[in-house]
Amino acid sequence: MKTWRAAIAALATASLFGTAAAAEKPSELRVGVTTFLSGPASVFGEPARVGAEMMVREINERGGIGGVPVRLIFVDEGAGGEHVVSEFRRLVEQENVDVMFASISSGNCNAVAPLAEDLGVLNFMWDCGTQRIFEEDDYRYVFRTQAHATPEMLATLLYLLKAKPDFQTIAVVNQDYAWGRDSWDIFSTALRALKPDVRVVAELFPRFGAPDYSTEVTRLAALRPDVILSTSWGGDLDTFIRQAAQRGLLQQSTFVLPLAESSLERLGRSLPPGHIIGARGDHYFLHPEFRDDPDFQGFMEAFRAETGAYPIYPVFHMSQAIAALEAAYLRAIEANGGAWPERSQVVDAMAGLTFQGLGRPVTIREDNQGLEAQLIGMTIHVDEFPFAVLDDMVIYDPRDITTPVGMNSIEWLRSLTPDFVDSVRIDRFSHAQ
Amino acid sequence: MTPQLALLATLDGIAYAALVFMVAVGLTMIFGVMRILNVAHGSFYAIGAYSAASIVLGLTAAGMNPWLVFPGLLLAAVGVGAVLGTLIERLLLTRIYTKEPVLQLLVTFAVFMILEDVQRLVWGVRPYFAAEPVYLLGNVQVVGIFYTAYQLILLPTVALLVLVGLRLFLRRTLSGRLIVAVTEDREMATALGINAGRVFLLTFVLGSTLAALGGALASPTTSLVPGIGADMIVLSFAVVAIAGLGQVEGAAIAALMIGLGRSFAVYVMPELEVVVPYLVMVIVLLIRPEGLFGVVERRRI
Repeated sequence: MKTWRAAIAALATASLFGTAAAAEKPSELRVGVTTFLSGPASVFGEPARVGAEMMVREINERGGIGGVPVRLIFVDEGAGGEHVVSEFRRLVEQENVDVMFASISSGNCNAVAPLAEDLGVLNFMWDCGTQRIFEEDDYRYVFRTQAHATPEMLATLLYLLKAKPDFQTIAVVNQDYAWGRDSWDIFSTALRALKPDVRVVAELFPRFGAPDYSTEVTRLAALRPDVILSTSWGGDLDTFIRQAAQRGLLQQSTFVLPLAESSLERLGRSLPPGHIIGARGDHYFLHPEFRDDPDFQGFMEAFRAETGAYPIYPVFHMSQAIAALEAAYLRAIEANGGAWPERSQVVDAMAGLTFQGLGRPVTIREDNQGLEAQLIGMTIHVDEFPFAVLDDMVIYDPRDITTPVGMNSIEWLRSLTPDFVDSVRIDRFSHAQ
Repeated sequence: MTPQLALLATLDGIAYAALVFMVAVGLTMIFGVMRILNVAHGSFYAIGAYSAASIVLGLTAAGMNPWLVFPGLLLAAVGVGAVLGTLIERLLLTRIYTKEPVLQLLVTFAVFMILEDVQRLVWGVRPYFAAEPVYLLGNVQVVGIFYTAYQLILLPTVALLVLVGLRLFLRRTLSGRLIVAVTEDREMATALGINAGRVFLLTFVLGSTLAALGGALASPTTSLVPGIGADMIVLSFAVVAIAGLGQVEGAAIAALMIGLGRSFAVYVMPELEVVVPYLVMVIVLLIRPEGLFGVVERRRI
């Protein structure tokens, strides 16, 4: 045991003080991935796992990254925060993983980011919504390969303000936990700045995992707000939308659903046309810029063949993390004159890195935050699909809607003025085009 | 709060209470007779729900007469309760009736965990939704607001039938009276020649079927996801604690208190909605530690 610890210590010292080009090519590149494999959030975690395995299989079939095959080791976030933290530590210290992808849950992201920094392991926050991490601390080892809650909520609001400029009242129905509360904080702050005359008529936060929204639906039906926002997801969102649809609420109010891209296929035709849908990035199996691309199409169909459903946004987020992994290693290898890089060289290679998963390219900013485009659309029903798809799509340039470096999201949103709405760079697409 | 809103809140509360009651009454019956706090009760709810959804989806896909989904829901509940209930009671619970309560709790908890994984194996993690029965019954309008007839009429009616049926069964039939006798005094009942083993089996299957029925009737209105069983068991424990262990009518009152408390909270103070069941429980237990209808147990020597 002692000698083994000494060996680890020696290894660690070697990597700290080791000279360039000293690293030997390993037999495999080990990546630890935390994702939900149990509990309600496994609706995100499972597709992401399947997607990761498919993408890594493809990489390994063409010889791996720089000739080294990639091996994924999964950790179940559903087992709780303590489990994730101890597994994270175990993977780094005992399995000697090269890179960690952690995590989905904001609570876990908050816990593992400082841990990654302590352990000195490269960590990609691959599906992490909380905007706080880089706004509150500086990190060397932690990077976010996607956007965060602020651009996600802001893009949705900008779309709503263009699509339905005259709305007067809004109600919110979010899940009662960190994401539900924080996303409403961001959305409502931006709303007050960009359209101060709107009245918030109800703020409802039903229990996470609530099986029944009848009372909420009744109250909303009595209030008749112009717009109903819900950042809920998974089974909760499905239940809420179906119960609302069963009782005519979707005919009465415009729904704004920033995460509903991940529910479209399951909801089938019960989600009627004319509601606003987001995807936590430019993530859509019919992405207007790539849907005719054979690789993109091939992956969508292969994924559907494997799981029975089209990929949803966590699969796209995973593709970005894996693209970042490959791009960083290739860049580090090149900088190292073609030899396998030290781990610290890979971390250095992350600065300003641009990589492209199954969407527009993402660039890492100087505060380690990824700049990821946002796609928002309006539901329509078409003959080819038995569920609602997106029309009147808008893709937002991330540079305009991501909190500037060094600023706090809430303060930045407060400083916006109504003319901001027309100042952002966008591209428009329709389903038919 | 206007009278109209109060009426709406009451209707929502009753519909919700109906489902909670069906699950909780099974739990409280099992405890009353067997003195086992059955954590696996939540699994019966979940598996009943998943089975019902599978049957409904299967019937719809096969293009059968859509009204067959209602017998389908019932079939799912009875099937799950009878088959799984008998297996668990005969193979497992009969071995631990004389053991420590803590051990019994652990064993049923283990069964619950195993069954959670079984659900994931069989049905996966994607949310299931089988809303056909709700669409069939259509909507009704109350003071300008649409309700589904399923939630407004069918669920409370079934719950009422269960309540009345259980009352009649326990008071008027021989098997029912045997159950009451064992609940009241197991030692004396067995001394008089009542076959406690058969009464236990009957109670467990009946209680489990009620949980599965709650799940089956919930399935058309809600998404079935991993973890629904755990949520329901926690809520049922609250109902049982409020009512007093083993109290059938008490469970109905407690479920109504939770249902109405919750729906009024959504109108008056939405922040409280999440904690209503536990708030009701704490208040009741502070005043009556044995529950609303519970009786203080006399120590037998």
